[in-house]
Amino acid sequence: MTYIIECEDISKSFGKTNALVDINIKIQENKIYGLLGRNGAGKSTLLNIIDAQMFPTTGEVRVFGETPFENKKVLENICLVKESGMFLKDLKVKDAIYLASLFYPNWDTGFAERLLDEFELDKNKLYKNLSLGMKSQLSIIVGLSGRSPLTIFDEPYIGLDAPGRQFFYDILMEDYMNNPRTIILSTHLIDEISNMLEEIIILHKGKVKIEGNADEIRNKAFYISGDKMQVENFIKFKKVLHEECMGENMLAVIYDSLYEKEKAEIYSSDLNISSIPMQQLFIYLTGGKMVKRGVINE
Amino acid sequence: MKMLLDDSKLIYIQIADAILDDILKGSLKEDEQVYSTNQFAKLYGINPATAAKGINLLVEEGILYKKRGIGMFVAAGAKSMIINKRRKQFVEEYIFKLMNEAKKLNITKEELINLINKYERGEKR
Repeated sequence: MTYIIECEDISKSFGKTNALVDINIKIQENKIYGLLGRNGAGKSTLLNIIDAQMFPTTGEVRVFGETPFENKKVLENICLVKESGMFLKDLKVKDAIYLASLFYPNWDTGFAERLLDEFELDKNKLYKNLSLGMKSQLSIIVGLSGRSPLTIFDEPYIGLDAPGRQFFYDILMEDYMNNPRTIILSTHLIDEISNMLEEIIILHKGKVKIEGNADEIRNKAFYISGDKMQVENFIKFKKVLHEECMGENMLAVIYDSLYEKEKAEIYSSDLNISSIPMQQLFIYLTGGKMVKRGVINE
Repeated sequence: MKMLLDDSKLIYIQIADAILDDILKGSLKEDEQVYSTNQFAKLYGINPATAAKGINLLVEEGILYKKRGIGMFVAAGAKSMIINKRRKQFVEEYIFKLMNEAKKLNITKEELINLINKYERGEKR
């Protein structure tokens, strides 16, 4: 297995604030990762460390097998697209794109032109005169056209409206299939992107709450509902994230493996079983106040 | 255009089910090529690895087979395999639920059979 990123025991403190605590993750080649977390979970801090824009307080990071700090060979193969601060204010769009093309060895000029056309972005406008949405478009054009072996989007699409984001998702998937590479999408707009992800990392309060294959995670997250006694009986030995009762009825949210036998048991009983959308699972895992019992140690 | 997915079911199972339905309906015939993982990914807006999981599930069950370098094809006898499997599921999913609901409504077995006969003749009640 080839790992593009390896983080070992990474912690980062800002004064008394612990932004990241003992992060251990490995990112595999040519997969799309979702780095999910609430505001302030530590997503951007982690990405800045991976891109060598920030030192960890303790721990070690290796990208393409080497330390990224002041390492040209590593850094020219990473493209970290941020929400802001990527470009000089007084540059025209076309000059910003020209400068970016010099940074990234795999730059595809034709693709950049096509994206400029499709987004209908005015090449002669100054960066500082662009709207929030247009700034996002420019960031996305650079991120996609760079074709970097490691491409990271740290919520640059937040400034786009819904059709703009959909266009970004479509073009990203199309381009990923034509030019497979490692992509990390950092976001809290989980509903919109969850189906595109192969792997998921959920950060919560600076720690990794859950990581793994998206389908395997989905395959553990279920709503079980029905008669209270029956539900309670079924979830007795399961990890329960949340439960609600109404009269004789009960709804339980479980995050646990279910054997085929147990699923068959549910189908031939009065209980209902249903998958949980990733965003809802995320809320149960990170909502704090809603979680009544069940501790996830994964 | 995006095909719609159901939030309450696993995505790769839905991909597998979509292929099974096409074979049952006859729009996918034996020895015909199935959509590629990338085509499914585009059609449903999902990760190609998820689409591959759905397709591989059917390869394991012997419903699809792989031609190296070309793609996935519908196996001989796939349709009857699916019918057999769905018949078993029919008992578990539909008959069970039907009987259960009928019990709640105090509908006897005879009444139930009567209702099915009437339904077939096009009478509403």
